[in-house]
Amino acid sequence: MEYGNFGYQQQSWKDKIFRMNFIYLLLIFLLACVGTVTLYSAGNGNWEPWAMKHIMRFILAVILMFILALTNAQKYYKWSYGFYFISLVLLLVVEIFGHIGMGAQRWINLGLFKIQPSELMKIGIVLFLARYFSSITIQGIQSVRSLVIPAIFTLLPVSLIMLQPDLGTSLMVLFTAAIMFFAVGVQWWKFAIVGGVVGAILPVAWNFLHEYQQNRVLTFLNPERDPLGAGYHIIQSKIAFGSGGIFGKGFLHGTQTHLNFLPEKHTDFIFTMFSEEFGMLGGLAVLFANLLIIALGYVFAFRARSYFAKLTIIGLNTNYFLYVFINMAMVMGLLPVVGVPLPLISYGGTVMFSIMASFGIILCMSVNDTKIFFDEI
Amino acid sequence: MNSADNEKIRILGRRVIALIILNLLAFITIAGRLYYLQVYEADKYKVMSDENRISTRFLVPPRGVIYDRNGEIIAKNEQDFQALLIAEQTSDIEQTLDTFKQIIPLTTEEEKRILKDIKNKRRFIPIKLKSDLNWEEVSKILLHAPDLPGVEINEGLSRMYPYSELYSHVVGYIGPISKDQKDINPMYMVPGFKIGKSGLEKYFDYKLQGKGGTVKLEVNAYGRVMKEIERSAGEQGESMTITIDSRLQEAAYSAFGDESGAAVVLDVRTGEILALVSKPSFDPNLFTNGISYKHWNELLYNERTPLVNKAVSGQYSPGSTFKIVVALAALEAGIINEGTHFYCSGGMDIGDIRFHCWKHSGHGSLNVVEALKYSCDIFFYETSLRTGIDKIHDMALKLGLGKKFNIGLDNEKEGLIPTSGWKKEKYGLNWAPGDAANSGIGQGYVMVTPLQLATMLARVVNGGYAVEPTFIKPTKEELKKVKRLPISTRNIELVKQGMFEVVNSVDGTARQAKFNINGARMGGKTGTTQVRRISMKERLSGIISDSRLPWKLRNHAWFMGFAPVDNPRYAVAVIAEHGSSGAGVAAPIASKILATAVKLDIK
Repeated sequence: MEYGNFGYQQQSWKDKIFRMNFIYLLLIFLLACVGTVTLYSAGNGNWEPWAMKHIMRFILAVILMFILALTNAQKYYKWSYGFYFISLVLLLVVEIFGHIGMGAQRWINLGLFKIQPSELMKIGIVLFLARYFSSITIQGIQSVRSLVIPAIFTLLPVSLIMLQPDLGTSLMVLFTAAIMFFAVGVQWWKFAIVGGVVGAILPVAWNFLHEYQQNRVLTFLNPERDPLGAGYHIIQSKIAFGSGGIFGKGFLHGTQTHLNFLPEKHTDFIFTMFSEEFGMLGGLAVLFANLLIIALGYVFAFRARSYFAKLTIIGLNTNYFLYVFINMAMVMGLLPVVGVPLPLISYGGTVMFSIMASFGIILCMSVNDTKIFFDEI
Repeated sequence: MNSADNEKIRILGRRVIALIILNLLAFITIAGRLYYLQVYEADKYKVMSDENRISTRFLVPPRGVIYDRNGEIIAKNEQDFQALLIAEQTSDIEQTLDTFKQIIPLTTEEEKRILKDIKNKRRFIPIKLKSDLNWEEVSKILLHAPDLPGVEINEGLSRMYPYSELYSHVVGYIGPISKDQKDINPMYMVPGFKIGKSGLEKYFDYKLQGKGGTVKLEVNAYGRVMKEIERSAGEQGESMTITIDSRLQEAAYSAFGDESGAAVVLDVRTGEILALVSKPSFDPNLFTNGISYKHWNELLYNERTPLVNKAVSGQYSPGSTFKIVVALAALEAGIINEGTHFYCSGGMDIGDIRFHCWKHSGHGSLNVVEALKYSCDIFFYETSLRTGIDKIHDMALKLGLGKKFNIGLDNEKEGLIPTSGWKKEKYGLNWAPGDAANSGIGQGYVMVTPLQLATMLARVVNGGYAVEPTFIKPTKEELKKVKRLPISTRNIELVKQGMFEVVNSVDGTARQAKFNINGARMGGKTGTTQVRRISMKERLSGIISDSRLPWKLRNHAWFMGFAPVDNPRYAVAVIAEHGSSGAGVAAPIASKILATAVKLDIK
């Protein structure tokens, strides 16, 4: 097959913008506002040091999102493998430099800004798998042999990220990939076998975890194990949620956060802070907004005409879902504290740009509503 | 699009439906968890959140002030200036400390403690540099304030006893709480909190302490105070007035000179304790901030026992002062009367033992008044043999001997007034005639405290009213309830006559101690009690003059006196430990005290 200019009708950028789902954009904007408001409170009622920067980043990220959304959709298909391999090389580079620099290294400093290759890989793996699975038949998907390549190219970056060490991100890449394997139709029993094997080697893998990672898991299983140390975060977070009650303590009145009982209130534990001040109703509202974003993502996936577009949306949507779910579950004591921020709300440039880039690609796939797309030839 | 692709998309759609269900379930879980934490378990976490942020601190109320009967302050709270260092307010702790040392010298121990505190305490918690600063030091520190960043002056309250050692045995002292007392009251956990450790400070501790207030503070995770949430002020300690007259207390204290012993002055009409001293004494101010080991040992091992309150804890044989009790017991029982005479030849045989009068040549024939005046032993051997110990015991108890009054001082002793059965019970021996004779002159088993003796005298000279000694002025109602003892006025007048003559007749035993202030004169009774047995050999070779014996072996000297004789108001009991002679040492002390009391005309 050839993927050149195959009768594909060029849309103008104006068409594309009007075709974008405005509810989707509104929800993204609303959640970024929630983030700003919460960060304003986290700064004890100050725009500094977090709220103002959050707005600035969001504005830059919106620009990035539109650039990516207005990009020709075909280019993603064309560049999918290339993007994946660049990400993989960069991962190797930070791994090597990390060893030379005698310490954990996740960044590549480009002067103006820093790039975290593991974040690139979250998108890279989605594009890679989407292209790979769109290029083989259903019979291929359901044979063991053709799963070897995607499996290898999944486990390679997962291992590299885990070595950084960044357990949270590596698991997110792994889960995103696994869900894509599932979505394309890999049989249930194959997952059962892999699950069984993993279950068997988990005790061995346990010994390869860093002590702080082991502690996080152990503390998750029993926070009272170490109430002043690692368990402190979870206990204080639960206290903040619980004491917030249904209606919350009010904007700027969260005692747990303002009196510094809650650590990392502006990053990983921002949902805790929000829920302490705005209560269960506020928490549910944020949860519902995220649910809508994800639901719309699936709507886009169903509407997309090409397999590649569908799978890309599903992968990126899943990535977003994992962010939201893991973050919320961990701050409420349902999962170990693995250091996953809440996108659009948590302070931090990496997650902001990486998630807005995902939204840009999702939007791009959603607006290319043409009958003729590459794999329809 | 071919059918194979359709199949691929169909499968994808099916799987996505499964994914959507999975995502929904995950979000429902999150929503459920929100409900569980924020509604179901909300109350539990609200409590935990408040425990996190609210720190309750106790406010120590000022301790009650103790006044004497004239409103003079005996125990008060004084401003105490402390220099504190707040580490986080200085950029260079060492520099600040060095500068401070140049202004106010610190001992090496103090420095060590400060450095330890700096290391162990959080940087915003004030550390004590030095307490008990005087004005001069405070002003020096304030003057150098710009060079002393982080140094603060704090005003606290510390207990102060302006009369120093004068009241140590009455008012006592306060001190830090011992570890086992800490859980009694949460206020006791406050660092530096002091409680009454002895004397009235201890007895009335609860009243003097007041009720601790609390202040609820909002603190952050590092313990720094953010704001005050709520304050309940508590109650100041109740101030109290005691019956002592400081002028008389001072007179009684100084009347002793170098003698050690005790004196108790009562208002015979009410039982109010007007003075109570025990010598030697100590400075209670030493205890407020914890007494040094050296000072403590000095007090503890002093042979004159400054820590013992001899006025209530010292038990002594009453000696001849007990003759008043014996005389009243015999008169009331009708064994003797005003006209009964006994002949004193200087000695008498009781059983196999020869008993002597202190005057070996004998007093000749005398009645009870004369026997008291000369303190004749033979008369009282005879009288007590005829009366019997049990009747004497009953009279002694009526008059207030042999029991505690619980006036509020530590280790108040009850003394001992034996009965015939008591000896049998205690030693398994029969009560011998010799025991009765010995008891008749206040020797042998009989033991009293100065407080009891003063009470006994007060009850006799006030006409037989059973007043109780007390530090708290009795109300009129309480005074109305005081019982009249079943003792005839006539007999009381007889012994008072005897005591009048002891002092005021030309040949009374205490004639040298007499005074006459505007017609007010003193009556009383001497007593000298053996501390050791006089051996037969000594008896034969002539008694060694007591004043040549080592101090510890000398006789105790008693005098109990009252004044004015015509309308008794004051009664005093004085013991001079190892003072040798009641007439020579104790009587002049008592005389000075009573003369002062009469002159003062205490209100």
